[in-house]
Amino acid sequence: MKLVIAMLMDGVIYASWLFVIAAGLTLIYGVMRILNMAHGSFYAIGAYGGASLVGFYLAGGYPPWGAYFMLLGAALIGGTVVGLLIERGLLRMMYGRDEVVMILVTYAILLILEDVIKLIWGVDAYFAYQPYTLLGRTKLAGLSFANYDILLIFVSALICFVLWWGLNRTRKGKLLQAVIHDRDTAAFLGINVTRMFTVTFVIGAVLGALAGALTAPGISVMPGIGVEVIILAFAVVVIGGLGSVGGALLGALIVGLARSAAVHLYPDAELFVIYGVMGLVLAFRPQGLFAIATARKI
Amino acid sequence: MKYATTMIVGAGIALLAAGLFMPGWLTFLLTLAFAKGLVVMGLLLLMRAGLVSFGQGLYYCLGAYCVGIAGDYFETQNALLLLLLAIVVCVALAAVIGLLLCRYRDIFFAMFSMAFSMILYGVLVKSSAFGSSDGFNVKPPLLFGWTPTGESGPFLAYGLAVVALVGVGIFVWRYLRSPMGYAGEAVRENEIRVEYLGASVRRIIYTKYLLAAAMAGLGGGITALAAGHIDPEMAYWTTSGEFVFIALMGGVGHAAGPVIGAVLFELLRTYAFQISPYTWQMILGIALLVIILYLPKGVWSLVERVTKGKPL
Repeated sequence: MKLVIAMLMDGVIYASWLFVIAAGLTLIYGVMRILNMAHGSFYAIGAYGGASLVGFYLAGGYPPWGAYFMLLGAALIGGTVVGLLIERGLLRMMYGRDEVVMILVTYAILLILEDVIKLIWGVDAYFAYQPYTLLGRTKLAGLSFANYDILLIFVSALICFVLWWGLNRTRKGKLLQAVIHDRDTAAFLGINVTRMFTVTFVIGAVLGALAGALTAPGISVMPGIGVEVIILAFAVVVIGGLGSVGGALLGALIVGLARSAAVHLYPDAELFVIYGVMGLVLAFRPQGLFAIATARKI
Repeated sequence: MKYATTMIVGAGIALLAAGLFMPGWLTFLLTLAFAKGLVVMGLLLLMRAGLVSFGQGLYYCLGAYCVGIAGDYFETQNALLLLLLAIVVCVALAAVIGLLLCRYRDIFFAMFSMAFSMILYGVLVKSSAFGSSDGFNVKPPLLFGWTPTGESGPFLAYGLAVVALVGVGIFVWRYLRSPMGYAGEAVRENEIRVEYLGASVRRIIYTKYLLAAAMAGLGGGITALAAGHIDPEMAYWTTSGEFVFIALMGGVGHAAGPVIGAVLFELLRTYAFQISPYTWQMILGIALLVIILYLPKGVWSLVERVTKGKPL
């Protein structure tokens, strides 16, 4: 019983973290048809930004609860700046190219950003554990969980709700859905597709950075975290179906639970399980669980 | 022999002769570059059919581990035998995975092939018998009783790489001019029409996948023999990304593209690392962007522009 609860809790906590990363990735793909490898770098920038802002803030002796706003602020600023720079400065010139070429473009951006991060923050690890320990821990069925992790589940659920509400219940969201469905027709009807792209990319980048900033207190922030995260996020969005936010949620839950089951029962299979699940899903549903159907060219 | 075959064999002999006078570091760099060139030649076959594999690292790593493990286990260091084994194992695995992968296209093919290479990475990182994430050392190779020592040590791997490159180069050159080779481009342009013409798209892709796996295994095996050390990083997705990078850099329009791309890539990386150890990735990234923007058909398109007067 204890084992099952531990597995479930760890799985859901891991899934909520995965969802925030994957949501940005899948949103960008859905609207722009770009599988953004640089998303891992947005994550890393959020994590570094969050860790150093919290460090500065607490060193100034301000009330500690403000540190949470520092994390949010770091994600907002970092994501917006980097997202705008990359979309306006580079991707704008590449629209209309093949999807696979766009993967390579974002791969190049990933390589560049990895070094930019090292130039700004150096190669030493950063720690910002204060927001993590501040909330204390909760006992649940004889197991101890960090309240911060439990809070993360709620934050992730909130993000999920806001995304769903924004896409389905607002005018802008419906316009965006029109762009997702048929970019050319949407442009004919007078929707400013270019601006939609910019806004989507920035929102996606902020989500990526937010995932990083929220994770920063729980880990040691060091070079290479972005490269590791991106392939996990890929697995999640491919399982759920590229471009579907609901799919990202389901994918995150599947991957999160599978991984925590592996970690508790057979730790050696940790990585294997994630890609094994992905392979299994793709073998039966090649487009992912919630994919949007596309027409074939004859 | 035909003109092209003569040219390739001639270039190979010239490279072998030049190898005798090269400084050690250049021999090593070229060996690794040629090994990667072999992998990318396989990738070229897939890319001409419109399939970009982000998982060639799977066979690259598997080939290397075959050489390393078999060298230990069977206590043989006969390079040819080890490389042959690497190819056989890679083709055997590809024969299974290929059945599944040939159903996928575009991004899904890319992601799914990446997933398989990451599975191997995940398994190797956790396998303490093979040194986990540190990998292990591979014994120096022998060739029919010839034990290269000292100065001639790196030359054996170099010679193997050149010979493999010549063999695979001639094969790819002729393959691209065969019906099966042309079928690749037809598949990229329109699969349904290919089916209407009576060819099996599945079989075309499957064959290309097997060939690519064999070449990647060979490249990985040669890398293991040359470097003397292997680790799971060879199956990590960034390694596979490098291969796609090289393919794009050299261009997939010609069998020579991957070789030129691989040598340029290794030189670029070595010099970028030497000039600025902290920003070499950035230099690589910028180079990739420049090539995508201004030379979408790779460096080889420059050569074609000069020799055939083709516009870019």
